[in-house]
Amino acid sequence: MTTAARPLLSVRNLVTRFGRGRGAVTAVDDVSFDVGVGETVAIVGESGSGKSVTALSILRLIPSPPGRIESGEILFEGRDLTKLSEREIMEIRGNRIAMIFQEPMSSLNPVLTVGLQVAEPINVHRRKPWDAALGTAKQLLGRVRMSDAESRLRAYPHQFSGGMRQRAMIAMALACEPRLIIADEPTTALDVTVQAQILDLLKDLAQGSRCSLILITHDLGVVARYADRVVVMYGGRVVEQAPARELYANPRHPYTRGLMASVPRLDGDTSKRLVPIDGQPPNLARLPAGCAFAPRCRQATDLCHRERPALAEIGPQHQTACWLETPAHV
Amino acid sequence: MRRLLALIPTLLFASLIVFATVRMIPGDVIDMMLSQNDLAADKLSREQLVQALGLDKPMAEQYLIWIAGILKGDFGQSLWQSTPVLELVLQRLPVTFELGVIALAVGLVIALPIGVYSAVRQDTVGDFLARSFSILLLAVPSFWMGTMVMVFPSIWWGWSPEVNYVKFGDDPIQNLKQMIVPAMVLGASLSAVTMRMTRTMMLEVLRQDYIRTARAKGLNQRLVIMRHALRNALIPVITLVGLQAPLLIGGAIVIEQIFVIPGMGLLLLEAVNQRDYPIITGVFLTVGLAVMLINLMVDLSYGLLDPRVRTR
Repeated sequence: MTTAARPLLSVRNLVTRFGRGRGAVTAVDDVSFDVGVGETVAIVGESGSGKSVTALSILRLIPSPPGRIESGEILFEGRDLTKLSEREIMEIRGNRIAMIFQEPMSSLNPVLTVGLQVAEPINVHRRKPWDAALGTAKQLLGRVRMSDAESRLRAYPHQFSGGMRQRAMIAMALACEPRLIIADEPTTALDVTVQAQILDLLKDLAQGSRCSLILITHDLGVVARYADRVVVMYGGRVVEQAPARELYANPRHPYTRGLMASVPRLDGDTSKRLVPIDGQPPNLARLPAGCAFAPRCRQATDLCHRERPALAEIGPQHQTACWLETPAHV
Repeated sequence: MRRLLALIPTLLFASLIVFATVRMIPGDVIDMMLSQNDLAADKLSREQLVQALGLDKPMAEQYLIWIAGILKGDFGQSLWQSTPVLELVLQRLPVTFELGVIALAVGLVIALPIGVYSAVRQDTVGDFLARSFSILLLAVPSFWMGTMVMVFPSIWWGWSPEVNYVKFGDDPIQNLKQMIVPAMVLGASLSAVTMRMTRTMMLEVLRQDYIRTARAKGLNQRLVIMRHALRNALIPVITLVGLQAPLLIGGAIVIEQIFVIPGMGLLLLEAVNQRDYPIITGVFLTVGLAVMLINLMVDLSYGLLDPRVRTR
């Protein structure tokens, strides 16, 4: 909830597609959101909602072919990332914007030492020689609260536990003091006991350096605790967007409400039963003509099935794409 | 060390097979010797000859005598020239070794860059050409390529590879000039499979999460490939190269014949033609040992490439 004049990152009408012609799938469809300086924005959705593709699109890491950014703008520090040359985007990756991935097991190179992998961005972007970069890497491992950083530098990823690897990934992301860290489900593959540690660490370190954070997750519990603002995605589109507090107090889209009802809450009425959302996440290759959520929505009307609702302002900084919330609804 | 000791039973088993199969080759050294005029002139009787060569004893006893000899470092003597087999083998081994090493180097120099290029430019014209090239290399037998290399340059330019062998120790330049063409022919045919394997493994590795991580760090394509992908892709390729060792030796026999290089291959071929059992078994045993040592080295090299193997 920053009131900065210009957001750090502004994604405008992003469309990312995979494949061509009739088999083409629109994984991200007309997605817009802002991330302010020092702000933590959570992108929430089921698998296949387009949240990961959105994240990868920002750094232009979509495997291409088959994927490509079809249209839209990704404004970062005043520059449109979609228009940069390969060389220019490489200078931003790992330097101004860093990324943390879901699987710490497979996201680290098994044949290179952890030290080298953490030091690498410093070597590449800061053009520091290896011994200096490794010195910084050692400090970084200390900052992510790894004991015995000296010997950890020489260790290989397979000698680390999942939580340790994710710490190493965070150290790597922090290496060049980025302005934005995109964390794509950073704790999904970890033990529940470690999840909170890692997220606390990430949040602390990001806040400490006024670094913005995009937290991609399907876990609303995580959202409540760490995010300033929430973007809810469904079927490749944004269905609701609001400050975290507002969203929890006043969820408007039936999908958001469904998500909330399916997650246990400790602060609310614990005697209430959890309500699952019926049906399956949509097949992006065959989205319905109307609202993508309509087939699973209990309140869906004819109009919902027929026409796609646009994202509309329904309160201060609160937007949703639902006919039920639109005055024009008949 | 333990790994080296483990080779002994394998080698013993191999020796038994070698010893038995050699004697199953149709035709008999005695018949061949007797059919040669100069020997016939000696008026040696068949029995005398058999006895002199120790071929009258039962097979099992012959084997034990042979093995006992080997343990003492005596591989027996050639039945024809009464030269010690060990001496012949040691004379020829460096030649074949040199041919093999150069061929392997040539093979890898062709295979690795093209394989990597082919993977990185998957489904482009370059990839298509590289794959066609590897299929061509795979399809063309090395004896044919060797013959063509002998024949056509001599027709077109009056040039043909040197056939009077010069030892590396005597004149390294001349020796290398002589070896490079046969080694290239041999290496080319080996490179085909390695190239395809490199491409496949590289494609596999490029799909891995850690490659995405490397790109997300802002590394350029060269660093992503050379530092992050290649080493991972090479692990299975090295295995393949190790498995190709027997193929390399088999190929060397043919190539040595074509280019008249006095290596193990030529020695073996002559020995088989003359049914010179001690030489044949001696050569086979040496080759067997070489293959085992190569495989051992391949196993050990995993440790260098893959830290997960090292700590185990």
